Amino acid sequence: MEVLLDNLDLYGPGFLTTIELFVLAAIGSLVLGTVLAMLRVSPVPVLRAAGTTYVTLFRNTPLTLIFFFFAFAFPLLKVVDISFFTAAVVALTLYTSAFVCEVVRSGINTVPVGQAEAGRAVGLTFGQILSNIVLPQATRSVVPPMVSTMIALIKNTTIASGFSVVEAGSIQYYLSERGYSVMIGLLWVALGFVILVIPMTLLQRSLEKRWSVAR
Amino acid sequence: MRIRTLAAGLMVGALALTACGKEGSPSDAGNEDGNGNSAAQLPTYDVAQDVTVEGSPTFQQMQSAGHPIIGVKQDQPGLGYLDPTTQEYSGFDIEIARLITAKLGFQPDSIEYKPVPSAGREQALINGDVHYYVGTYTINDKRKEQVGFAGPYFVAGQGLLVAEDNSDITGPETLKGKKVCSVSGSTPIQRVRQQGLTEDGNIVELQTYSQCVTQLSQGKVDAVTTDDAILKGYAAEEQDKFKVVGETFSEEPYGVGVPKEDTALREKVNDILQSALDDGTWDQIYDATLGKSGAPADKPTIERY
Repeated sequence: MEVLLDNLDLYGPGFLTTIELFVLAAIGSLVLGTVLAMLRVSPVPVLRAAGTTYVTLFRNTPLTLIFFFFAFAFPLLKVVDISFFTAAVVALTLYTSAFVCEVVRSGINTVPVGQAEAGRAVGLTFGQILSNIVLPQATRSVVPPMVSTMIALIKNTTIASGFSVVEAGSIQYYLSERGYSVMIGLLWVALGFVILVIPMTLLQRSLEKRWSVAR
Repeated sequence: MRIRTLAAGLMVGALALTACGKEGSPSDAGNEDGNGNSAAQLPTYDVAQDVTVEGSPTFQQMQSAGHPIIGVKQDQPGLGYLDPTTQEYSGFDIEIARLITAKLGFQPDSIEYKPVPSAGREQALINGDVHYYVGTYTINDKRKEQVGFAGPYFVAGQGLLVAEDNSDITGPETLKGKKVCSVSGSTPIQRVRQQGLTEDGNIVELQTYSQCVTQLSQGKVDAVTTDDAILKGYAAEEQDKFKVVGETFSEEPYGVGVPKEDTALREKVNDILQSALDDGTWDQIYDATLGKSGAPADKPTIERY
């Protein structure tokens, strides 16, 4: 308890940054991931190939390498000057999107083909079928894996500590230099993450309960 | 007329070139042989015989293992550095580790080095993963609650490393508005943050000093800050690119980390360091490692507690 109370100036801002990273990357990756999933099921071969390439590339690259690229290699390209925080959000978003895409696609696969065919029969376009018929049904079946992906995302934010973003993962470095026990310090970090994950687990449970009736 | 001028010019040029060549090579060799500092040899250490350290469990562990396991840094040129091609450690801290090993009665070549990053040092000593630790380990009261310290064997102070052609930064008070890099959570960067030496947005925290130095050479940051001993190591490596500026603005006494309750080993290491300071071994080690940067160093005073 002493470690926590003496270093509230670390824990407070640290976890706040973690939450900021998580919220921004979650929104980004949910949007980008869904778009990618739409690409992967689209009738146009080029779009399908693009989606597949993206997923293969980012799902098979370690997140640390993606961070490394944005922190050290990207600035050399001199395209646009981004802060380390922005770089972290971009890296997390790009990486998580690949997983979100596959989760959404697995949901789309649970919707019977007949549904889409019926939509086509009454003259709906591909976009209309996806947004009005397939995706709403797909969303319901992907709640548990999607929450898992998001929980993984919130824990992945700690990698940013090595790339000049001071968040919960950085706390141990500060504690060690201040001479506090890192072990106890990390227990508090772990507890902090449990507290962050609990609301997501509750959300998952309530969504599952509410939507399971509809099937 | 024109042709003659050209010919004369060529002749002069050719002469100058050959003269340069003749002058250059012997003076290079002369530099290495004549200058005491740059040619300083590493000392060899006599292995002590029949060493006993009464009441030291750590020493007993070393004896039963047949060699000490020493925690070190591997990414700090001049202090604790692992050469990726030869897989050999070198530097001031490594020499101190070898000296202690020899005086404890083990062959310096038998040492098992274990690279431990700053954040893992206390735990490595508490868990017994390493027998002792030599790696820019600043002695402070908070840490003494968890581990024991022999020494200090060196006193460093926070300094600034900047590009050779930088004239804006001359000391800590000139850092405002400049990008400053150091290792995540390290004492130097905490000091910069707390004293507000530069704006929060300009503080860059990376995992290793080498990454910071890379950013400095790319012009992504304006200064790298940490103990001057570490910075001197980088400046000595690439003298035409970097320089260490300003007075040091803190005092960092480096100690040898030992398990907390092992007072016997701590006192033994203190004795070893004291005799190395007295008989000139310490100076030899300094001259052959950090001393190459050309900067002198004050001898530390062993603190026994």
